[in-house]
Amino acid sequence: MTTVVVPAWTRRRAFALIERNFMIYRRSVTPLLNALVEPILYLVSIGVGVGMLVGTVPGVDVPYAAYVAPAILATTAMNTAFNQTSFGVFIRMRVDKTYQAILPTPLSVTDIAVGEVTSAMINALLTSIGFLALMAVGGLVTSPWALLALPASVLISFAFAAGGLAVTTYLRDFPDFQYIQLFMLPMYLFATTFYPLSIYPEAVQPLIRALPLYHSIELVREPALGRLHWDLLIPVVYLVAFGSIAMYVATRRMTRAMLN
Amino acid sequence: MLRAFGYWVTRYRRTWRGSIVINVLNPLLFLIGIGAGLGTLVDGNAPAQIAGVSYAAFFAPGMLAAAAMQNAFLEGAAGVARAAGFGAYRGATPTPLDPEQLAAGHLLFIAFRVLIASGAFIVVMAAFGLIRGWGALGALLGATLTGVAFAAPAAAWAVGVRKMRQIDTVFRFVIMPLYLFSGTFFAVSQLPEWIRPVSYLLPLWHGVELCRTLSLGTATITGSSVHIAYLLVLAVGGFLVARVTYRRRLHP
Repeated sequence: MTTVVVPAWTRRRAFALIERNFMIYRRSVTPLLNALVEPILYLVSIGVGVGMLVGTVPGVDVPYAAYVAPAILATTAMNTAFNQTSFGVFIRMRVDKTYQAILPTPLSVTDIAVGEVTSAMINALLTSIGFLALMAVGGLVTSPWALLALPASVLISFAFAAGGLAVTTYLRDFPDFQYIQLFMLPMYLFATTFYPLSIYPEAVQPLIRALPLYHSIELVREPALGRLHWDLLIPVVYLVAFGSIAMYVATRRMTRAMLN
Repeated sequence: MLRAFGYWVTRYRRTWRGSIVINVLNPLLFLIGIGAGLGTLVDGNAPAQIAGVSYAAFFAPGMLAAAAMQNAFLEGAAGVARAAGFGAYRGATPTPLDPEQLAAGHLLFIAFRVLIASGAFIVVMAAFGLIRGWGALGALLGATLTGVAFAAPAAAWAVGVRKMRQIDTVFRFVIMPLYLFSGTFFAVSQLPEWIRPVSYLLPLWHGVELCRTLSLGTATITGSSVHIAYLLVLAVGGFLVARVTYRRRLHP
């Protein structure tokens, strides 16, 4: 008989929460499809439609849609993960009081945090697989390295799920979500999703490079365009650090808020 | 009707700051991000396809109309459903106000909000040199009409809606596709010929064309009349239906 040794840090109890989240999703109307509608619309409208006007992007030899698609994949992984740990967690924490019901069980606050982040990552991965498959069908995959988008989306969703969880602990009420939009929308538009960094004046470029979405897009787009280089370790390190710090902040603040 | 309008204005005076993010900043960010940013790539390539103007000048009036649609839909659907479900209308029904007056007052308020948000957007367009003179006034009225053309049918439908999720669904599957495929981001003339007639049926396309031709100074009397007539039919038709649905929901 073999025993699988699971290290303590994997937080086995967190799986109970993941299982719970997925039991709920199964009942709602095809959340995966919902998450895919908007990115597909953007891809067709801006990637293909505006792409006809754009012609070629400086330094890139592929149709504009193939240039934009990996970036939209990265933003989709971001949004899927982030929405779940922001809106989703806020509702479970404040409206449905789900966690209040969970805390008397053997699950700790950390288990809840790990469980939420992990289930958001699973969702994001599923969405990314779906989007990548559609890209392939649409002929927008130009290099086999595009498959690296999947491990990349795991990393991206880790960073943004943890980030979402940390931010949520600071929210008081629904209108506060507007402040999040105030950050997320510009980031979506400006983090080189639709055009390269070189478009910006040099003074602005460091600002763009500081954005977590910029690194997420690099991590998906560069391999998808067949460009593999050691510089890709920068986004990896950035996203791991970003996610870890956010995770630390989130668990600390959630523990304080819920155990008092 | 003016009483109901007054109520919403009073309320708005307390909450307008929050709506700035959605109503003004959102389209503005698209104007900079897509119009100026992506426009750099377009202008370097082939401006011929978009009537020979810069991409920003082409995109901005389209965005104006699209933003008017989104603002008006959100207030007309989510705002009305909330008012019918949790208060505002409930409080007003025992008063001498008719359901028709409530509908008209609320729609007037939405028109007012769209007018203000569009005005702010047009001021920015003018600052960037993307619009001037009578074009600005025409685009302002065009955008407001576009907003009402969406708000009235939305309100007529939403007053009976009890699950907010339905509004999300309509936003995602109706409003978003309209936003992205009504000639806001690219010219409908680029599309394959067989699909173009579909665009001509889309209400937002008429709003976009109306605002765009007026702001670029290429409007024709016939063209504008068709657009205005189409949008007016939606607005008036929506209001006539709303009179019925409001009465049904509020005086059951």
